[in-house]
Amino acid sequence: MLMKLLSGDRPASPVLTVLLLVILIGLAFAPFLFPGSKPLETAARICIFIVLVASYDLLIGYTGIVSFAHTMFFGLGAYGTALGLTLGGASFAAAGLGALCGVGLAALLALAIGLFSLRVKAIFFAMVTLAIASAFAVLVSQLSFLTGGEDGLNYKIPRELTPAFKLFAEPVLGLRIDGKVLSYYLVFGVALALFLALVRIVNSPFGRVLKAVRDNGFRAEAIGYKAVHYRTAATVLSAMMAAMAGVLLALWLRYTGPATTLSMEIMVDILLMVVIGGMGTMYGAVIGATLFILAQTYLQALMGLAEGATAGIPLLSALVAPDRWLLWLGVLFVLSVYFFPTGIVGRLRAGKAGAA
Amino acid sequence: MAREHPILETHELTIRFGGHVAVDHVSCAFERGTLTAIVGPNGAGKTTYFNLISGQLRASHGKVVLNGQDITRMSVPERTLKGIGRAFQLTNLFPTLTVRENVRLVAQARANLGLDLFSMADSHVELIERAEHVLAEVRLLDKASQTVSALPHGDQRKLEVALLIALGPQVLMFDEPTAGMSVDEVPVILNLIQELKADKDRTILLVEHKMDVIRTLADRIIVLHNGALVADGEPATVINSAVVQEAYLGKRVTEAAHG
Ligand SMILES: Nc1ncnc2c1ncn2[C@@H]1O[C@H](COP(=O)(O)OP(=O)(O)O)[C@@H](O)[C@H]1O
Ligand SMILES: [Mg+2]
Repeated sequence: MLMKLLSGDRPASPVLTVLLLVILIGLAFAPFLFPGSKPLETAARICIFIVLVASYDLLIGYTGIVSFAHTMFFGLGAYGTALGLTLGGASFAAAGLGALCGVGLAALLALAIGLFSLRVKAIFFAMVTLAIASAFAVLVSQLSFLTGGEDGLNYKIPRELTPAFKLFAEPVLGLRIDGKVLSYYLVFGVALALFLALVRIVNSPFGRVLKAVRDNGFRAEAIGYKAVHYRTAATVLSAMMAAMAGVLLALWLRYTGPATTLSMEIMVDILLMVVIGGMGTMYGAVIGATLFILAQTYLQALMGLAEGATAGIPLLSALVAPDRWLLWLGVLFVLSVYFFPTGIVGRLRAGKAGAA
Repeated sequence: MAREHPILETHELTIRFGGHVAVDHVSCAFERGTLTAIVGPNGAGKTTYFNLISGQLRASHGKVVLNGQDITRMSVPERTLKGIGRAFQLTNLFPTLTVRENVRLVAQARANLGLDLFSMADSHVELIERAEHVLAEVRLLDKASQTVSALPHGDQRKLEVALLIALGPQVLMFDEPTAGMSVDEVPVILNLIQELKADKDRTILLVEHKMDVIRTLADRIIVLHNGALVADGEPATVINSAVVQEAYLGKRVTEAAHG
């Protein structure tokens, strides 16, 4: 049963299994385990980014396609939902319709990009996606009457998902089940389902062809697989998954803007998460997204403490100032790529094979 | 009806690379159930001729006809699905995947399951069984779980042949299948080709340098030289002909012939 849910894809390392279980339990019971709004924000971000990074892994890790347009698809889902709620009012129908449009548009755009440019060299494809994503970001900021421009959109979400809504009169396990908690479980449930769907896709006959195309597209064609069709299908699927992650973000934040969805910074974050976690493993997305977002959220706080503790030592204190957190993240990244070129998951699996 | 056509024909098949004509107006018909050896010195255009037939290269001029149907403009996967299969001279596999998975992918392509997104690949047990059956035939079953990139060269050559056998096409093209294999591995592959030949629905094109191999396996030999077809006929006749003696044994033909 469990193996079926995971599509027979074993974590294949005891340490990895434990890590994944800890993350799963942590996310599943986040509202109960970590009270307060900041931890819940962090947990929801982790859920959303797991889907976003896993869908990117489908492309880069399994199919060998480097794209810089992933945040554009993420943004399409988010803006679709945001516009639905802005124009249609705070109902589930409006959100659903907006989401459908966003995801559909993402699929069409990915199809067009795939069919027109996946025949060219990989580096050229990466450039094309970069150009299209930049153009899209400019377009969104200029259509400010619709998108709110750089300020983005603030909107109301269905009342059932807001803190004002109480599901039960009495607290459950000491926690008031309000709309925010419901909203979190919506994010968690959908993210979990999407992640499991991605795991199924990469372990399906189709997913195996993607690996073949990645390894040797020339030979894949000689045994009867049309490489460009498979690359395009992977691009479309990955775009739709990213857009659905965007839908979750739009519902969760009640705000959609360029900085939370379209920025190059997020694209770089996604790349870092997939590399740190381990490309072509799916579970790498879980580990990468969790560690990265935890670091992003709590490294600054930790460094603030360190700065206080080392206040007397001039150079050290400046080095650990919270403003330097990105520097330290960069150092961590370089170290992790140097020591674990196959990512944390690759490292854990190799360690097990070595011991056996 | 279709039976009246030779299974495969090339008409005036030609390709130029810049000014260099690598395959030069080669017209040839291959009958069902035969094994034709293609010989010629290095650089004669044998591999290029194969590339034109299976579609890796597009002809500058001429036609490729399969079962009476013109396939000159078709893509590689289309030709593969029509029944043209190819093993490569330079080993050309899926290096990060296991030996079993390499062959399983071929069986999966044959079963037309590539677009199935919803089932687990490993739940299609028949594909794994098919892959392992072929691996047993080429004596690679004991290495089925190894990653291909870690395999010795000889085993990679065997896997190359295994992929073609698993594909089971009507036309099988082997490009120097035994080159780079150790002496005890060569007979395994040659026996397999012999078995394939016994199946009268299959047609085999074999590029091979070893004359004793050709003598025992081939029904017919064609000779390519500088891209042109220069001899065609029964093995015994062709092997003893002047062109082959010159090309292979370095015997000099009479000065008059150069004249
Ligand atoms: N893609 C290519 N571009 C340019 N020249 C090529 C290409 N492929 C083959 N050739 C040339 O065509 C000739 C025939 O090569 P090939 O078919 O590999 O010979 P063979 O297989 O008989 O040894 C050689 O001179 C080779 O350099
Ligand atoms: Mg050759």
